[in-house]
Amino acid sequence: MDILILLIPLSLVIVGVIAWVMLWAAKSGQFDDLEGPGHSVIMDDDNPPKPDDTPKV
Amino acid sequence: MSHSPGLTDAPSFSGCFHCGLPVPDGAHYPIQFEGQTKEACCRGCQAVAQTIIDSGQGAYYTHRTVLPATPQQAEAELAQLGLYDLPEIQESFVRTESEHIREAALILENIVCAACIWLNERHIAGLPGVLSVEINYATRRARVRWDNSRIQLSAILKAVSDIGYIAHPFDPGRSDDIYKRERNTAIKRLAIAGLGMMQVMMYALPTYTATDMTDEIRLLMRWASLILTIPVVGYSAWPFFIGTWRDFRRRTLGMDVPVALGVGTAFVASVYSTFTGYGEVYYDSVTMFVFLLLTGRFLEMNARRRAGAAVEELVKLIPAATTRLPHWPARDEEQVPVARLAVGDHVLVRPGETLPADGEVVEGDSAVSEALLTGESLPVSKSVHAKVVGGSLNQASPLVVRIDKLGADTRLASIVRLLDRAQSEKPRIGKLADRAAAWFVGLLLVITFFVGLAWYLIDPSRTLWIVVSILVVTCPCALGLATPAALTTATGRLTRLGLLTTRGHALETLARATDLVFDKTGTLTHGRLSVRRVVPLGGRSAEDVSQIAAALEAGSEHPIARALREAAHATVTASDVRNTPGRGVEGTVNGQLYRLGSPRFAAGGEAPPESDGSASWVALAEENTLIAWFALADTPRADAPAALAALQRLGLRLHLVSGDAEAAVKATAQQLGIEEWHAGALPEDKLAYVKALQQQGRIVAMVGDGINDAPVLAGAQVSIAMGEGADVAQAAADMVMLGSRLATLGEGVTLARKTQRIIRQNLGWALGYNLIAIPAAALGYVTPWIAGIGMSASSLLVVLNALRLSDFKQSAVAATIEARPSLASSR
Repeated sequence: MDILILLIPLSLVIVGVIAWVMLWAAKSGQFDDLEGPGHSVIMDDDNPPKPDDTPKV
Repeated sequence: MSHSPGLTDAPSFSGCFHCGLPVPDGAHYPIQFEGQTKEACCRGCQAVAQTIIDSGQGAYYTHRTVLPATPQQAEAELAQLGLYDLPEIQESFVRTESEHIREAALILENIVCAACIWLNERHIAGLPGVLSVEINYATRRARVRWDNSRIQLSAILKAVSDIGYIAHPFDPGRSDDIYKRERNTAIKRLAIAGLGMMQVMMYALPTYTATDMTDEIRLLMRWASLILTIPVVGYSAWPFFIGTWRDFRRRTLGMDVPVALGVGTAFVASVYSTFTGYGEVYYDSVTMFVFLLLTGRFLEMNARRRAGAAVEELVKLIPAATTRLPHWPARDEEQVPVARLAVGDHVLVRPGETLPADGEVVEGDSAVSEALLTGESLPVSKSVHAKVVGGSLNQASPLVVRIDKLGADTRLASIVRLLDRAQSEKPRIGKLADRAAAWFVGLLLVITFFVGLAWYLIDPSRTLWIVVSILVVTCPCALGLATPAALTTATGRLTRLGLLTTRGHALETLARATDLVFDKTGTLTHGRLSVRRVVPLGGRSAEDVSQIAAALEAGSEHPIARALREAAHATVTASDVRNTPGRGVEGTVNGQLYRLGSPRFAAGGEAPPESDGSASWVALAEENTLIAWFALADTPRADAPAALAALQRLGLRLHLVSGDAEAAVKATAQQLGIEEWHAGALPEDKLAYVKALQQQGRIVAMVGDGINDAPVLAGAQVSIAMGEGADVAQAAADMVMLGSRLATLGEGVTLARKTQRIIRQNLGWALGYNLIAIPAAALGYVTPWIAGIGMSASSLLVVLNALRLSDFKQSAVAATIEARPSLASSR
């Protein structure tokens, strides 16, 4: 049972990390469009590349 | 607040009187407040503060306990608010009703529940000079009418921000941004609550099940739970506390009050027992119902957005930019924002593009789809001189359009405005529910107090648990949401079908209507002549005589001529055509002289085959021999029989009251199966007819053209105007048919009845749920987390039930819409 003394604080740290990841995801717009990206995977890239497709340096 | 704080014990903020920021050296922006001079940090704060004090709301400074949320924005905000008073800026969203009366569409931020709507409505309506204000909960859009000589728009916007909300002129882009921002915040709150809930559960479960747990471990778990619950209560549940505080300051009881009390009580009790080691902890319950409530709210927010989508979609029809031809007929093009167009500009609309405003075609020939505006699914052909409507989609080939109307004057803008008005006006049943919801919270707190007292005497250990359950399980939200959610969805759907609702009571009354009175033959017919019968004589074919008639009439604009031309494609041409006004034409076709016209002119006074007066007869003679008769009459619309049959199946009694001659009215009525008809009726007769029906206890819905028949329409309980081509905004009717599809009438009645049913179901559910849930919680059968699920599910169910209305399909009748595109398109 003594291990719990280590595990409980550790779980708090992990929850903290996950919370930080979730907030980051929300802030960076990961939840803004929950459908579009799913479709974009199956779209063919037959169209000529857009000018802004070139990597920005 | 038991005493009214004077200046002395008002919270003192150092720095700027308004925003609290340090006053820069050398800055001097004095404010006079209750006889004292205060310093502000910038001109913006000075002006804001002065306006607040001058408008008699200086109490804000003595009562406020927090500084304005975004002090650094004060100046920018004010600059912007002032801008809204400029006529050029107002042009896009303000409608001028008369010299001083203005009306604007606004969108409100930070609306979280029905109580916010109530608070805003009361606050704005209390401003001197504001004539009316209506806010729609589902779309958060507000319609404000004010007297510009007594109050400025900026003052209204400022008044809204005073009570902690933000009002912007409605702009679809902005509304999207606001929605995105609110959704993002909601997701963050939800994520924190969800994580907290899961982890607290992990700690809570072993304490319930384990038998050999040492006290140290138990204590450690309590502390860990406390640490996880703090962000859940302090961040995720924060909106509930803010809402409660706002209610408290306004001395009202909103929907957030019970929730905040429940969460707060349970949390404080848990913290107390964590520190003292005495009593139970409820962290698992607290986190769980915060999570469940937020989930419910999040889903409700999305559903609400779907319910209000119809208006937003309409607004978004107008493109942001368009191609202008500045030197038309020269072909040089330039891309301009639609906002910078002026009346008289020429724009080029390519196939696949949307028309930016109302105007007239000056070049080109194309088919235009007005489906989103009128519900008419077939494209309408447009050529030079045809009027086109902003928001319709060009489908076939490029058109050059001269802009006649822009911005708030366009047909689309009127549609949106009227729909807004209808959606924000509450019918009686909705107003009743609102009042009930407000009382409900007060009653609930009283009940909770007594139940708590009773349990304290019976079993003190369960008191807290039960009090929290009662507070959380009740759902006044469902009561407040029941009506607006259903109305918004239904009116939005109806507009897409081509029936625009302009008054809040229209759907309710239409659902109860027993009689439908058509006040004009033209409503059911095309309102113009067409060839109904051809009687060839002397061995000629109908085809042959029709062609000759069409050739003779090729150059005339007379209604009879047009009807004859439409009946046949002239492959022959006539020469030496001479027109004798009022009698007929004569001319030479293939070397033969023909005369076409009245029986006296062409038939030598011979009587037509039938003469009951239901049609006008035209004779065709070769030299002096009669070779054909044409019967011309106003024909019913192709979809009229099916549409009227559908209305009769719905149990409506149909009447036709027309000013036309008896024979024509009789013929139309008989063709369409209308049993009760009156011909030669003057407007007074029509009104008397409606009144007579009403005295028999009938509920009359009147269908007319909306502009000439305003008094008759106003006399009926609910009026429907044929808005085809006419100015929608002028149609003084409760509903306006945007297209010419008569089937929309039947669909309207069906949907109206369905809406009433859903409103009743919603209110029944909201009442029934609370009547069962509160006693159950009071008796101790409901744990706080079940209460959380119950409450969220209750309000969600109401919104989802309302959303069923948006699935309403066009009736089967609609499938046969005018199977005659030639008629529909020749307009």
